[in-house]
Amino acid sequence: MIKTDILIIGAGPTGLFTVFEAGLLKLRCHLIDALPQPGGQCAEIYPKKPIYDIPAFPEVLAGDLVDNLMKQIEPFQPGFTLGERAETIDKDEDGQFIVTTNKGTQHKAPVIAIAGGLGSFEPRKPPIANIADFEDKGVEYVIRDPEVYRNKNVVIAGGGDSALDWSIFLTDVAASVTLIHRRNEFRGALDSVEKVQELKDAGKIKLITPAEVIGLKGDGHISGVTVKRSGEEFDLECDHFVPLFGLAPKLGPMANWGLEIEKNAIKVDNSLDYQTNIPGIYAIGDINTYPGKLKLILCGFHEATLMCQSAYQRIHPGKRYVMKYTTVGGVEGFDGSKKEAPKAVVKAIN
Amino acid sequence: MESPDIPITIIDREGVSHEVMAPTDMNMNLMEVVRSYELAPEGTIGICGGMAMCASCQCYVLSEHPLPEKGPDEEAMLAEAFFVEDNSRLGCQIPITPELSGLKVHLAPEEM
Ligand SMILES: Cc1cc2nc3c(=O)[nH]c(=O)nc-3n(C[C@H](O)[C@H](O)[C@H](O)COP(=O)(O)OP(=O)(O)OC[C@H]3O[C@@H](n4cnc5c(N)ncnc54)[C@H](O)[C@@H]3O)c2cc1C
Ligand code: FES
Repeated sequence: MIKTDILIIGAGPTGLFTVFEAGLLKLRCHLIDALPQPGGQCAEIYPKKPIYDIPAFPEVLAGDLVDNLMKQIEPFQPGFTLGERAETIDKDEDGQFIVTTNKGTQHKAPVIAIAGGLGSFEPRKPPIANIADFEDKGVEYVIRDPEVYRNKNVVIAGGGDSALDWSIFLTDVAASVTLIHRRNEFRGALDSVEKVQELKDAGKIKLITPAEVIGLKGDGHISGVTVKRSGEEFDLECDHFVPLFGLAPKLGPMANWGLEIEKNAIKVDNSLDYQTNIPGIYAIGDINTYPGKLKLILCGFHEATLMCQSAYQRIHPGKRYVMKYTTVGGVEGFDGSKKEAPKAVVKAIN
Repeated sequence: MESPDIPITIIDREGVSHEVMAPTDMNMNLMEVVRSYELAPEGTIGICGGMAMCASCQCYVLSEHPLPEKGPDEEAMLAEAFFVEDNSRLGCQIPITPELSGLKVHLAPEEM
């Protein structure tokens, strides 16, 4: 069981900055994210795009903003549970929250900060009528263990980087690899497109374009796909079908946590501290809603700051605290590091 | 002064038709008009903020209007989107201009 002061669900910019503000109050944080890396939308959707409205950064790449946030919170040694989705929240006998992920990892904390953005990123599933019947029975939306495909016939669908990269990788593992895409053009990295071309020319990848998979066949486990190309339909035998169409955020399990939801977001008390209808659970950043809400990074930072003050009072009831400027109080990390403004030197001149 | 707003008909995902006034003087695109009138639930449209990177704003264009050509990003995204038809466009790639007065579109279903 992982124990911490503030358990943050979502490692986007809001969740990451919460670690800093909590750290100033000597509160420890642990973050859970469904994605394998921190950074939320900035890292997953637009890492190479510039952002222009972060105060005092005339321009910053979204990926660099995340790197800077990670650096800024380093002294506060946050823990991370990455690649796992927070699935349930329960309360134990001493009133603390227990959060369990889809992989069974348990976390315990007196305060929960939901910084879940637009929701956890889930694979985009093609609208093929019986696809749900074959999930984990030959249909996988994410490749976790390439060994599953050893000596198997694999059909991959999609036109982006992951479809190209996995097609290339699996040529050394699978018995056969077929890549199906709706266009002849691929929008992945040029290197990968060229590599697929080479492998196609060498007869190691079968490319079917412009085409799409419209049906699945099998009894208990997938045995083939129906492909449509130029109005013509044909069947193709295979052991696995891997549609790789990227990820889209979904509210997911959060909808079942007993929180008040409005417009696909969690309602909070913005006049005070961004607390939800469940005392001890806060919602900050893109995931919350209140009159006048704006989904902007700087708003998430502000909400995180206010929320941490309230969390402090909850964790240390009655204990007095006065907010201090970092220029005055410095930053004291849990790793023993200390940053502070250099003191003025007073020396007499004779 | 003449109003810079133009009428547009948007059929939502439930099939309900809405005639709305879209401003031509605010640098808005069709996806943003749909969001501003709350014609699709928040979180299900405009996920990439209008960068032709998510297809959550896909719509079917039902009227004959002079639309901007599809750019390479829009072409690529529509090639990976679901429920695509010949008249599919990404709403975020259609700026609202006076020429679009009377435009009629139907929002594509939400992807799973
Ligand atoms: C293309 C694009 C451009 C943008 N440009 C700007 C801009 O210029 N300026 C600006 O201020 N904002 C911009 N934004 C918006 C900005 O990215 C968001 O406001 C910001 O990312 C919100 O941060 P967040 O930490 O609240 O949520 P997110 O960044 O969405 O992070 C939330 C994280 O929570 C995780 N999560 C959710 N539910 C669970 C769960 N149950 N279990 C585990 N993990 C979970 C998700 O996987 C995700 O990583 C842009 C957004 C996009 C898409
Ligand atoms: S809003 Fe994402 S493609 Fe239009």
